[in-house]
Amino acid sequence: MKEIEYAAAHSVDEAVDLLAARGDKARVMAGGTDILVQLREGMRDADLIVDVKKIPEMMQFSYDPARGLHLGASVPCYKIYGDAKIAAAYSALADAARIIGGWQIQSRASIGGNLCNSSPAADSIPALIAHDAQCVIAGPSGRRTVAVADFCTAPGRNQLARGELLVSLHFPPVQPREGARYLRFIPRNEMDIAVVGVGAWLRLNDKAETIAAARVALAAVAPKPLAATEVGEWLVGKPATDATFSEAGARARKLAKPISDMRGPAEYRLHLVGVMTTRALAGAAERATSK
Amino acid sequence: MVKKSHVATTINGEAVEFLCEPRHSLLEVLRDTLHLTGAKEGCNNGNCGACTVILNGVPVNSCLVLGVEAEGSEITTIEGIASESHLHPLQQCFLEDAALQCGICTPGFIVAAKALLDRNPNPSEHDIRFELAGNLCRCTGYDKIIRAVQDAAAVLQENKS
Repeated sequence: MKEIEYAAAHSVDEAVDLLAARGDKARVMAGGTDILVQLREGMRDADLIVDVKKIPEMMQFSYDPARGLHLGASVPCYKIYGDAKIAAAYSALADAARIIGGWQIQSRASIGGNLCNSSPAADSIPALIAHDAQCVIAGPSGRRTVAVADFCTAPGRNQLARGELLVSLHFPPVQPREGARYLRFIPRNEMDIAVVGVGAWLRLNDKAETIAAARVALAAVAPKPLAATEVGEWLVGKPATDATFSEAGARARKLAKPISDMRGPAEYRLHLVGVMTTRALAGAAERATSK
Repeated sequence: MVKKSHVATTINGEAVEFLCEPRHSLLEVLRDTLHLTGAKEGCNNGNCGACTVILNGVPVNSCLVLGVEAEGSEITTIEGIASESHLHPLQQCFLEDAALQCGICTPGFIVAAKALLDRNPNPSEHDIRFELAGNLCRCTGYDKIIRAVQDAAAVLQENKS
């Protein structure tokens, strides 16, 4: 790596000041599992690394069933799936955190970092969209909130303006008969980047027979993570059956816009969208009824 | 020129201090400054696990940790796995089960496997394969590595009783 400076911020305000002083020559580092590789390979550039792991607000998380989950942006993945209550309440999030890289990566990498890296194939983002997570962003003008579904703008790009950083993610409280699942298709068993990823969430009615609400989001089949809003809307009022999930998969296929690349041809990805959406919805429904 | 930082850590139970530039990874510091060359550079980008060390109780790719981030941390490397007088059961089983050929992946596997058995003393084969997915081997085809970890788990359980 070229010569670079390092500073650890101890508060969000200090991080904002450090970023303001250096403009686009400063880069935030949480787990470092993306940014260090990119700096070494020249894909991103910085003169100053701003380490945010000493900012308590970004490294803490708290769950209150009445208020939802407040997740610091830099909490490492292993702490998320390692918390039984959070893993049960926000199970697509835990599914994704469990399969980002391997154990060594999960010891350091964070969901906030995965989101800010903004790969269209990111595992956490369909899960975040499915759970209706909101981003809390801090910058020189103060704080603002953005839905995760609106956060990514292009491959590797997002809504963060110069000098801004992602501070935390907020997840709404969980209601009865909700379930969520994130599934990924990769050619090996672990450690691959998604060929297709699907995050699905639904809430069943009080008889657990009909879908009361649903969200589906797709990875790796568009220039950014794709909120399949029309699929979620179509699912409302439908019976929670395999036939419904299969039809939802067909509808998700119509929304996907995959390219052919080294991970697979576009036609194969479209096929996978149908299959994985069906399975993710079935998995979400099973979790919704098992609680 | 960027000034070097002074870092104080505990490595394999001993207090260690070193100087490094911000750009130096923990892997570079371990190997080039501290001459703890057990951790290997296989990929330098977090894919192969040959650089695995335990940092504050969790296995990490030391190529993706900066030396300066190690301030105040507790680190275990492969050099700290054996006791004063004998090999750790993992090391013994790797040898007896022929779980290595060239050996370049072995330090990373043993450190990761130790972290696994510390957390889960009785892992299933699936658990072992899943948790060690961050460690790649070009030589063995993995099967003997998995068996060695299973055998070591059994030895450790037996030692307890």
